[in-house]
Amino acid sequence: MTDLPTSRIDLKAVLHSSAPTVAKDDHSEGMSYLHSVPRRMVTLYLPLSIIVVILIFPFYWMGLTAIKPDEQLLDLDKYNPFWTWNPTFKHFYKLLFESHYPMWLWNTMYVAVCATILSIIASVLAAYAIVRLRYKGANLVGGLIFLAYLVPPSILFIPLATVVFQYGLFDSPMALILTYPTILIPFSTWLLMGYFKTIPFELEECALIDGASRWQILIKIVLPLAIPGLISAFIFCFTLCWNEFIYALTFLQSTSNKTVPVAIVNEFVDGDIYRWGSLMAGALAGSLPLVILYAFFVEHYVSAMTGAVKE
Amino acid sequence: MADIAIAPRRAKTEIREASAWDQLKHNRNWLGFWFMVPALVFLIFFLAYPLGLGIWLSFTDTRIGRVGAFVGTENYEWLWDDAIFWLSVFNTLLYTFVASAIKFGIGLYLALLLNENMPFKAMLRALVLIPFIVPTVLSALAFWWIFDSQFSIISWSLKQMGLITENINFLGDTTWARICVIFANIWRGVPFVAITLLAGLQTVSPSLYEAATLDGATRWQMFRHITYPLLTPIIAVVMTFSVLFTFTDFQLIWAMTRGGPVNATHLMATLSYQRAIIAGQLGEGAAIASAMIPFLLAAIMVSWFGLQRRKWQQGESND
Repeated sequence: MTDLPTSRIDLKAVLHSSAPTVAKDDHSEGMSYLHSVPRRMVTLYLPLSIIVVILIFPFYWMGLTAIKPDEQLLDLDKYNPFWTWNPTFKHFYKLLFESHYPMWLWNTMYVAVCATILSIIASVLAAYAIVRLRYKGANLVGGLIFLAYLVPPSILFIPLATVVFQYGLFDSPMALILTYPTILIPFSTWLLMGYFKTIPFELEECALIDGASRWQILIKIVLPLAIPGLISAFIFCFTLCWNEFIYALTFLQSTSNKTVPVAIVNEFVDGDIYRWGSLMAGALAGSLPLVILYAFFVEHYVSAMTGAVKE
Repeated sequence: MADIAIAPRRAKTEIREASAWDQLKHNRNWLGFWFMVPALVFLIFFLAYPLGLGIWLSFTDTRIGRVGAFVGTENYEWLWDDAIFWLSVFNTLLYTFVASAIKFGIGLYLALLLNENMPFKAMLRALVLIPFIVPTVLSALAFWWIFDSQFSIISWSLKQMGLITENINFLGDTTWARICVIFANIWRGVPFVAITLLAGLQTVSPSLYEAATLDGATRWQMFRHITYPLLTPIIAVVMTFSVLFTFTDFQLIWAMTRGGPVNATHLMATLSYQRAIIAGQLGEGAAIASAMIPFLLAAIMVSWFGLQRRKWQQGESND
């Protein structure tokens, strides 16, 4: 019954706000009206715009390089390097039709989707068991899973390489699909534990009295209420998979099996000075799917990022 | 008589005995176990076992394609006398401390800025997070191009402004290379720190600041005595994560410098990759990777105490 305080949370609030904040609970408006406009220019807008420009500039540069014609790329004096008047899609064309890029993109997508689905299933079950079944030792297991979150891939890739080799998974996408969940499960379990805790306990009690099994409760009551959490976990896991590098670099060998980050670093870097255009086009094309996903789910992203830390 | 004698006994046994199958289906502990199985299988086979195996490998002379024999602490003794290993330890510590400290400073500042009321607030927040979304390797490539020795846009701009006459050899000079990778790491890490701290800031009630203003507090006093104390727990956790991931960083370095020039940017993770996978000395690489564990444990202890303190501040232990 320790969950009683949380059970007062409005169901609607749980469903519709992914990042509940308590700041405005007391209806106070803050004191920004006390500061004059010139003062805000110097203390707020100026530093903020400098930081934002620095944070965004590499992407601008990436995009600009990707559409610049070759001769403008390396001649900084004859043409204005910060802009181009005759953009070309030659680099993208080369990327899509004269390299394995579409295949790498497909590999990355395939691995990311499979690993994410596997991890979400495993973490939903684990998080529900830890939060609601509260079996003997649940807290200990929860703590251990948090510790697993803190084990970085950099100290695991060497032994994992030998394990992957033993299991005969070397150089196959399965190697990544099975190893990525070790990064994703701890994270998404903690995130989902936080969401499950906010679901009123009484709902489950009613269902139990009506004769529902635990499985039915999970599928028909808990999961529909935890959809924002599931979306957060899903897109965050997907991003982590897409971003993963060291396992993909170690476990995959043949060019056609590689994921985008590894392939770009290994296959595109051959010392040709005119490679910059297609290199940047490749980097841009590899980032776009994530940025588009992000644009649609900003709030879920933020709640995923902050949720796992807050817990 | 016989019926009467048997009937109650049967009734009793029917109530009493839940079959083993029922036990497995309804007992809370067994049910919990079944729910945990998928996650545990992954974590045991691909996390706990390799973690142990890694430590074991560091005591063997395993190479790629050859099962090794136990050699005791030979790998560690070898590393003890290896100047490159110590250089990588130095680099890792330098990289971690400098990058984390600056990330914290700029991240907190950015969080405070973003917490103000202003137009296009939501859009600005979304923009700020983009470096965190884009795969590290791909943005590292953009930095590689920005820091190019001949066609760097930074060198060009500085030359146009008349500040320098020669191109700066960003990734070819040891000091510059270190500055560049640290800069790229800070660039990648600031959004994470800023957005998580911002989430913490939003839980601070504005009425506290109003009360402090009425009492005549300056902006610095408000930060020092309201914002900072309330933010401490989340700062502890965020910085632990930040330190942990900076310390074990691999991809940024690998994409930008691969440890060069003359090992000036080799971190422990990149060195272990080079020794284990490229040179094939799995045992030695595992020893370098295992040498990171004490540092990680220290960071985790900090995180743990941070979390404890958080519960203490909340006044109750919510489960």
